[in-house]
Amino acid sequence: MDNNCATSGNSGPKIRSDCQITLFLKSEGGISTDLKSKVETLYGESIRTLCSEMLGYFGIENAHLAIDDSGGLPFVIMARVEAVVKKLTASEMSFLPDFPEANKYSTLRDRFRFSRLYLPGNTPSLMINAGLHSADGIILDLEDSVAPDRKDEARILVRNALRQLDFRGAERMVRINQGDRGMDDLDSVIPHNVNLILIPKCETAENVKEVAMRIRDIKAGSGSDNPVYLMPIIESAMGVEMAFDIARADESVVALAVGLEDLTADMGVRRTNEGNETLYARTRIVNAARAARIQPIDSVFPDVGDMEGLRRNVAVSKSLGFEGMGCIHPRQVAVIRQGFAPEQEEIEKARKIVLSYEDALSKGLGVVALGSKMIDPPVVARAMKAIDLAVRLGLLDSGWRDESSAVVN
Amino acid sequence: MSIPTVINAVGRAVPAEINGKPAIPFRGVGKYRPSGNKYGPPIPSCIDFPDDGNKVVSTLEEALLRCGIRDGMTISTHHHLRDGDLVSNRIFDIASKMGVKDLVWFPSASFPCNDPVIKYLEDGTINRIEGSMNGPLGRFVSEGRMKGTAVLRSHGGRVQAIQDGEVKIDIAVLAAPTADSFGNARGTGGSSACGVLGYAKADSMYAGKVIVVTDNLVDIPCFPMEIEGNYVDYVVVVDKIGIPEKIVSGTTRITKSPDRLLIAELTAAFLEKTGILKDGVRMQAGAGGTSLAIGVFIHEILRKKGWKSKFGFGGSTRYMVEMLESGQMEYILDAQVFDLESVDSIARNPNHVPYSVFNAYNHHSKGNLTSMMDIMILGATEVDLNFNGNVVTHSDGYLLHGIGGWQNCLHARNVILPVPLFRDRIPVIVDEVTTLCGPGELIDAVITERGIAINPLRQDLIDSVKNSGLPVTTIEELKMEAERICGKPSKPQFDDKIVAAIKWVDGTIIDTVRKIKK
Repeated sequence: MDNNCATSGNSGPKIRSDCQITLFLKSEGGISTDLKSKVETLYGESIRTLCSEMLGYFGIENAHLAIDDSGGLPFVIMARVEAVVKKLTASEMSFLPDFPEANKYSTLRDRFRFSRLYLPGNTPSLMINAGLHSADGIILDLEDSVAPDRKDEARILVRNALRQLDFRGAERMVRINQGDRGMDDLDSVIPHNVNLILIPKCETAENVKEVAMRIRDIKAGSGSDNPVYLMPIIESAMGVEMAFDIARADESVVALAVGLEDLTADMGVRRTNEGNETLYARTRIVNAARAARIQPIDSVFPDVGDMEGLRRNVAVSKSLGFEGMGCIHPRQVAVIRQGFAPEQEEIEKARKIVLSYEDALSKGLGVVALGSKMIDPPVVARAMKAIDLAVRLGLLDSGWRDESSAVVN
Repeated sequence: MSIPTVINAVGRAVPAEINGKPAIPFRGVGKYRPSGNKYGPPIPSCIDFPDDGNKVVSTLEEALLRCGIRDGMTISTHHHLRDGDLVSNRIFDIASKMGVKDLVWFPSASFPCNDPVIKYLEDGTINRIEGSMNGPLGRFVSEGRMKGTAVLRSHGGRVQAIQDGEVKIDIAVLAAPTADSFGNARGTGGSSACGVLGYAKADSMYAGKVIVVTDNLVDIPCFPMEIEGNYVDYVVVVDKIGIPEKIVSGTTRITKSPDRLLIAELTAAFLEKTGILKDGVRMQAGAGGTSLAIGVFIHEILRKKGWKSKFGFGGSTRYMVEMLESGQMEYILDAQVFDLESVDSIARNPNHVPYSVFNAYNHHSKGNLTSMMDIMILGATEVDLNFNGNVVTHSDGYLLHGIGGWQNCLHARNVILPVPLFRDRIPVIVDEVTTLCGPGELIDAVITERGIAINPLRQDLIDSVKNSGLPVTTIEELKMEAERICGKPSKPQFDDKIVAAIKWVDGTIIDTVRKIKK
């Protein structure tokens, strides 16, 4: 391919909500455009205006621009145009879409991370409605789901998506690449309010520290105080052995995840639905995370058609001590959330514990008992956590104290 | 030169005449009252027909000749063979060879398999189509290339037009999966089974001449007959009337799109929390992926509550059949059949019965089924701030769909439109629909993945979902959100030339489609 011409984005009969841009740089003749769009009647004019504004912004005066649009939203078109310009020029400039205040929220260190939904970083159609499916976190993935030759354009698309898309309170996550590319990924995305960075194939505490440091450097120059948390992903035998070090490598680490596909490959075993082959790795990671007072998070369940299998998988995961899983399809979110949520029996018991405790306190009693069992403060703390969880998941009314007074006595 | 127009009750400019015949502008829902008598075809006599009942002639060409096919006639067909129809195009192949001109084709719907008739629109064999148009045919008409003006009617409106004599069918050519030599015919059996022939019934009763075309001739009597031989002039036996896998889907499938499933889930929750869904409920939903998913979620709720739907009105699908067989639905009343499971069910289950379009949809009758339905799930290409709906054109102004039973179904007690807020970048909730097919006063709620808008006329529904946790918003909010995401769309540009008239269920003109300005 000659270096006067570059393409970004995707087109084709199955492509939706994307826009393929081909730019031919020329030495004279001004700007010409050729637009093919299925929304030409409705948005043809605005697409042309946007593209010519962008070429002006990047100082391109002579070029032919071929636009093959499948209903891409403006932030997608912007990302695609910027990507071709950057392929052909050394421009350091960015053409940023608006960044509504509503997308600048921060998240809490110990929030729930039951479900985190993976979105391939170069596929706009899957991003647009991702916020509607009530996942606890949404991951814009720059790593394994993006083809090597699309990494640069994905980075721009993900940046624009972070600014434009309303993820409705879901934790805004990005999975960066390994190594230097990952560091460059951070430069691109961190200024656009990422709540959490997933570090893939993490094997040492150094990996984490390097990321944390780079983020601090980037944040130092920006106006935002929102914290950026880290979730290292353990995907190798080495990573498993180093899990505890990784878990406490930096104060911004809030969770430790396991990636079973790569882990089983590294171990040279076949991944099964039962997962006996990774039992050690998973329990080790749970233990390391608990010891470091962070959340242990399980891998994804790869068969999106098998909801029953997923349900069983979640039950095992919860019993091992995990507090969440990855999702590769929005329909997995509800099953995972349900699976990690406390059961009715558990909620009922927690309610009794807390009410007895509060009752004892109000009567000035030093010793609290429920039936024949003594209740320690950690038991109360855990019960409170279960109730909090149940209320936040809508399984228990926020007025649970009144409703249940009769039950307790 | 353009035909003078008048502004009708929904503010649309409509012509005072179409194809040289006077037309009545839409006067409002329930405002137009017909007068006079129903139309009757000429009286036939047994003395002109063979005593042995054998009306078989050797070819369709011979049958058409014997029917006296000539310039300007109206030829009708039904759409039960859907995209596998091998009969309709044949009629015009023959007519074109004979040199017949200016025919009016009056199908109950057209499909992509009918695109070859474009050449007969071009060479003058066909003057116009009065029926649904989509794909290349829709494009052809939208670009103003059809000689006459298209007339689009609902399924009920088509029956009304036939009954009232607004359309006089000269020759009805009715493909039949099974028939006998007398012309008794049904939709089951044979290799081209389509389940029912409900949309062909009116044609058989009111047409001047009736030809039954079958690839499965059985001995008299063909039973149970949906078309009665006493209306039939000729029977033609051919090798194949249809391509089986295109007549019905092998199997219909619920949507896999997580966004559509979300809309379906919200719709089911809405029906439950409003109390619209109840024991004994009467319901209808289409065969689109989202509608099917809604059916599945409703089935689940009925099962949990131990409730039963009294009946569902088809287009039947396997999901409705599953409700019937699991005991969550007592009857399926059926006007058309969408998949093999339903074809099988209607042939063997006595509670799955063909139901006449007259009884279901005809507005000029002594009441019909639609106003008795509790739940009506419908689609739309656009809905506007007044809840008006469009089903015939795309937002770019091109004809896209037929009306189907959509307008008729608007008379149900609760009309729910589960639609995405935008399709790719095309907003579904808009300021003003491109083509107004149904007045907003009949549309009760719009359910999108980003919120539910209830028609302010339905304060009862608005009250019933207070504190329900459902994402209830307003139609204005939804429109603004669509524009926030997609940008404000430009409007298509039209010429004055009217390429299609949209009839309301009572035969009045509710809107028109104009030629696209290139």
